[in-house]
Amino acid sequence: MPTLTVDGIEVTVEPGTTVLQACEEAGAEIPRFCYHERLSIAGNCRMCLVEMEKAPKLIASCAMPAGDGMVIHTNTQKVKEGREGAMEFLLINHPLDCPICDQGGECDLQDQSMAYGSGNSRYHEMKRAVAEKNMGPLIKTTMTRCIHCTRCVRFATEVAGVEDLGAINRGENMEIATYLEQALDSELSGNIIDLCPVGALTSKPYAFAARPWELSKTESIDALDAVGANIRVDSRGKEVMRILPRLHEDVNEEWLSDRSRFSYDGLKTQRLDTPYVRKDGKLQPASWSEAFEAIAAKLDGLDGAKIGAIAGDLVCTESMKALKDLMDLLGSPNIDCRQDGAALSAVRSGYLFNSTIAGIEAADALLIVGSNPRHEAALINARIRKRWKMGNFPIALVGEQRDLGYGHEYLGAGPATLADVASGKHSFAKTLKKAKRPMIIVGQGALSRSDGAAVLALAKKIADNFDLVSDDWNGFNVLHTAASRVGGLDLGLLPGEGGKSASDLLDGSLDVLFLLGADEIDTSKLGNSFVIYQGSHGDVGASVADVILPGAAYTEKDAIWVNTEGRPQLGRRAIFPPGDAREDWTILRALSEKLGKTLPYNTLAELRAAMIEAAPHFADIDVVTPAPWGDFGVEGATEDSAFVNPITDYYLTNPISRSSRIMAQCSAAFSKVKTEGTGTNG
Amino acid sequence: MSFIDKQARSLLLAEIVTGLATTFRYMFKTKATINYPYEKGPLSPRFRGEHVLRRYPNGEERCIACKLCEAACPALAITIESEPRDDGSRRTTRYDIDMTKCIYCGFCQEACPVDAIVQGPNFEFATETREELFFDKQKLLDNGDRWEQEIVQNLVADAPYR
Repeated sequence: MPTLTVDGIEVTVEPGTTVLQACEEAGAEIPRFCYHERLSIAGNCRMCLVEMEKAPKLIASCAMPAGDGMVIHTNTQKVKEGREGAMEFLLINHPLDCPICDQGGECDLQDQSMAYGSGNSRYHEMKRAVAEKNMGPLIKTTMTRCIHCTRCVRFATEVAGVEDLGAINRGENMEIATYLEQALDSELSGNIIDLCPVGALTSKPYAFAARPWELSKTESIDALDAVGANIRVDSRGKEVMRILPRLHEDVNEEWLSDRSRFSYDGLKTQRLDTPYVRKDGKLQPASWSEAFEAIAAKLDGLDGAKIGAIAGDLVCTESMKALKDLMDLLGSPNIDCRQDGAALSAVRSGYLFNSTIAGIEAADALLIVGSNPRHEAALINARIRKRWKMGNFPIALVGEQRDLGYGHEYLGAGPATLADVASGKHSFAKTLKKAKRPMIIVGQGALSRSDGAAVLALAKKIADNFDLVSDDWNGFNVLHTAASRVGGLDLGLLPGEGGKSASDLLDGSLDVLFLLGADEIDTSKLGNSFVIYQGSHGDVGASVADVILPGAAYTEKDAIWVNTEGRPQLGRRAIFPPGDAREDWTILRALSEKLGKTLPYNTLAELRAAMIEAAPHFADIDVVTPAPWGDFGVEGATEDSAFVNPITDYYLTNPISRSSRIMAQCSAAFSKVKTEGTGTNG
Repeated sequence: MSFIDKQARSLLLAEIVTGLATTFRYMFKTKATINYPYEKGPLSPRFRGEHVLRRYPNGEERCIACKLCEAACPALAITIESEPRDDGSRRTTRYDIDMTKCIYCGFCQEACPVDAIVQGPNFEFATETREELFFDKQKLLDNGDRWEQEIVQNLVADAPYR
């Protein structure tokens, strides 16, 4: 391990670390533009110059490996002059249009030129101008501001796995461009906005909307997919202005997928902001007490078996717990949180992403079944790609063949191939057998079928046959697409004794059906069921409802979210729900009182205590509690049909993104699902 | 001795004579009062009066919605909202100054990178209602058009000292 001296402080670092990292370890701050911890080293901005004894010139610390006995100085006059020189060169072609630049106030170039620049310019010649590039509906470019750090290029090729970005021409004519003048076709494209140290790449939806110093920043959890990415919600007044990722090494590193980042404008449109009651076949705005009375009148004296409830995809655990308790008090066993009909049981290890997301980096073989992780969990896909880039990671796919952003072997389309692998007949079975830490990812495309339980049993058989589960490793993973699903299963939102599952609840046999944010459902057979919809957006569920109770979206409530790994995380309220809408659990609590079945909690703390009683791991926020290996799945005959991925359009998967204009533009620009133009189209 | 002095002064009406002398002197001095509003006192080019939003000579508004004045304002009197205009340029959709909050410190003018918001020489903008003192963008731009000449003269006069 090399030991070096930085500004008189001796530090010992891991072999392979750079001088820059060693300096940071010693507490010396090194300015940089091109260097980024998660990207390869480019060494082209020259801002990180430091003085090394016995070296004739200043060295670029980001590209120099730390060596034993090096003596580094980071605050000498020579270093100061070197930084000023580098900064002067960077500013030669930079337009200094900070007042109209969206990066202003959070710009690395601005900050570092204040801290390390010389304070005046000796450059009187003309500055160059570069044409703007079209990078789609999400990214606004002002390439004149670019300082050619190539972070965006490296991110696109290394992390996102799309080779659309690159540098063309050389010298003063160098430009960053998409080779084919097209939008960056990646679910992670928004991250290059964060990476850009200047204002060359900025967010198009956020263009000129706000300054960073005006925004209140709330640290929360994303709920638009099951990854549970850590986010920061920036709001002004009662409006969410933007959503940014937050660092969490074990979940999202520092990336965020585009749907989670840009769906925020959907929080402002199509909102349910007042209760509605259907009168004479039409939904009419009503007061809370009118809505509750309509429900109470309907439920009066009704047998529990005639009541049912379905929890949707964007529902927080608090409201699911309240719903479950309310249904118990009403004597109904008909409750389900699996609105897609996935054949998951109450055995915890049978529905978790047991390897954990960070654990992917320790795996050495992967079988993906009925899933397109690129769309279902873009950040997990980035983790798989990261592992794949390290080498020695055979990946196989059963299901729909898709471009996943990494090399993989395509085995087949349906359960038959899976059965072949399970019985050891398939060649990939040998790879799994050889691997020390093999893993399988089962997607909802494989489970939300009529033979889902049999497919789950097959996957379990693979796990058992090829030693996917050992004392220190669990390679069996279920990849969820909904933020609420694992929390719901943890809290036991499954049909009780004699209860009906989601698809049976929707066949019109019930008198009263409670939809808690359930929108991805088939409502065609509901018949005369009295439907109560509680949620934030007017989507499928609200359109068939007889009573609508307006709830809060994920940015508007304090809530615990459990991601696909089974990691409970704390989301925080950034803004208040619009109009008369309320936090969801309080609505259920108020309704229960009206029904004469008062729920036994008055505060969020009491509710959380009840949740912890039902599922003790809810007490350990941000901790993955491993689940013991159990028995799940029902062995049986499988069908011949191929697995179909649950997500057809990545940008429009839930009520929030469906109400978002930005997502609609993305869908039009990127999605392969093209709608046929009508006569008036164009 | 002082008794005699005091009696003599009071007998000779000394106080009245001195007082009247002062009055008489001021009758021939230049008047300190002016005939406001027909006459006005001099104003410094740096006088910080009513705010205006200026335009470029071609009619284009100067303000680029950088929001530095909003950030600089210690009284939180300025509210700005912005979005891209049809031609893609950065412009305000709302520029409000609450003149009842404003403390006339001049920081907004100091912060402005394009000399758009300026405190002009006008101090006579008293209104009958409070509401009239909530200036919006149109009001400020109209002010700018009205006072442009004077403001330019003031800026030129003050330029050597900036």
